[in-house]
Amino acid sequence: MFPFCTDPSALQGLAWLSCYLTTGSHMLFYASFGTVLALLAVTAPVALLFGFGGAMAARSRLAPLRWFGRIYTAMVRGVPDIIFFLFVPIALDQGFEWLRSRVYCDPSVPVRQGNEFIVCAAAKLPLSTSPEWVHQLYGIFLAVVAFSVVFGAFAANVLHGAMAAVPRAQLETAEAYGMSPRQVNRRILIPQMWTYALPGLANLWMILIKATPLLFVLGIEDIVYWARELGSAKTSAYAYRHPDWRLYYFLAILVFYLLMTWGSERIFDRLRARLSAGQATAAGEAMRKAAT
Amino acid sequence: MNQCLQTLQDYGLRAIGMGERLLPRSGFSLCEQMTLIGSGLIWNLYFGALAVFFGFFLANALAVAKASRNPLLRKPAEWFVFLFRGSPLFIQFFLAYEMLVQLPRAGIEVLGITVQTHWMTRAWAGALLVLVLNTAAYSAEIFHGALRNLPKGELEAADAYGMAGWTRYRRVVWPTAMRLAWPAYTNEAIFLFHATTLVFFSGFPAFQQRGDSLYYANYFADKTFNPFVAYPIVAGYFILLTLGLIALFGVVNRRLNRHLPGAAKKIRYRPNLVR
Repeated sequence: MFPFCTDPSALQGLAWLSCYLTTGSHMLFYASFGTVLALLAVTAPVALLFGFGGAMAARSRLAPLRWFGRIYTAMVRGVPDIIFFLFVPIALDQGFEWLRSRVYCDPSVPVRQGNEFIVCAAAKLPLSTSPEWVHQLYGIFLAVVAFSVVFGAFAANVLHGAMAAVPRAQLETAEAYGMSPRQVNRRILIPQMWTYALPGLANLWMILIKATPLLFVLGIEDIVYWARELGSAKTSAYAYRHPDWRLYYFLAILVFYLLMTWGSERIFDRLRARLSAGQATAAGEAMRKAAT
Repeated sequence: MNQCLQTLQDYGLRAIGMGERLLPRSGFSLCEQMTLIGSGLIWNLYFGALAVFFGFFLANALAVAKASRNPLLRKPAEWFVFLFRGSPLFIQFFLAYEMLVQLPRAGIEVLGITVQTHWMTRAWAGALLVLVLNTAAYSAEIFHGALRNLPKGELEAADAYGMAGWTRYRRVVWPTAMRLAWPAYTNEAIFLFHATTLVFFSGFPAFQQRGDSLYYANYFADKTFNPFVAYPIVAGYFILLTLGLIALFGVVNRRLNRHLPGAAKKIRYRPNLVR
């Protein structure tokens, strides 16, 4: 990075550190923070969309659609989310490859042969001839889908609850005015439900932030991967020799997450104070006493 | 059937190191998968039950400290809760493992006695410690919320009876706070049991392939390239575990609300609204 970094073994102190922290692999480490933020930016709206679809489906008058919605919203209850993170990417990958194998390969050859899952070279996804970044991007794509499916189910739970919390009288009034079910949904139900959904969705955002290190379990080169890689003890075979520094790398990641959640926490505190004001509770009483 | 009984004998307690030493290498019958994943559930129960038990007491202390007006008590509690609620459990496991590894290998001298430390890096102790601290932080937030939302009238009634300090806390504040917090606390306990599946995917190694249920499910899915059997099995076990927990906590909930007829509503598991 810097001109004086050409010979790492001759460096001392701060100069060594400044060179060490700007090596190529450290740049990839910093870029992986971007991967996490990008995952958040992509997953949050997609999950919200999935959740909205799931909640609407759970209220549908069509029985099969309603069952689908109910199953989807009930999916995350009772089952740890990491099971879905392990299951969804590999199931999707095999699903895609099976579909492609029906088109590009000889359909008479079964894909499951004993304990193997084999498709011909033409059906591989991504193709074995494609460059490395395609493989990585495909992995991230599967991870995003897995996150969206799981958090979509969480969001469907929140939104379904919020829709049920909208006072029944509001909807009945709309029906009395002769609105069709579609109009009731669009004009009354959906605008009103956000007040009830907001606390749950804010909470969901916090859970989503804290679920991002699970990318590592999915085999993505994320911050946890690079922290382990860069932090492990480097012998003299490496240009920059150091003992086991993983502790410090994980501390840096911890600070990153604490900063991410700290901002959200402050907003919640403000909301909570607003909701406590004037309530006949211990907190409301304390606020009243503080004001007088 | 006999074969399955044999498998049950061989692998039923494999997760705690009893029975057959080698994991199945080929074949992978449904019975083997059910048995081994079920045996891994021992670890989930161990981590979850002990963490809930110890975490409960720590959480109560933390909640009171956090509600205290003395900043010397309040600030450390606030920082503790913020640290463990603000960061991912997954990172906490990694960090705790790296910290525990740094402990001197030979043990620490305390008053002439050498305290061994190497067992702290093993999952049964190290991961349990992290889970206790983590659940204590989350539960403390729930209990603190309940303390804030104590009905004003109950506190005034306690004052009118001349109760103060410890008596007031033990007879009025604590029972009411528990009653208010219990549905949310049930969700937290369920979430904690689910979080135990992370232990062997983080820094803590599975000693002699003694892992939890998800560790074995992942083993089978890797070996058979078939996620459609092992993962649904572990999911099924966890649904049963969740139902059991809801029943267990429901009994306590009914006891806490027994003086209020009709108040003990069925606890609904709402994962989204807790964390």
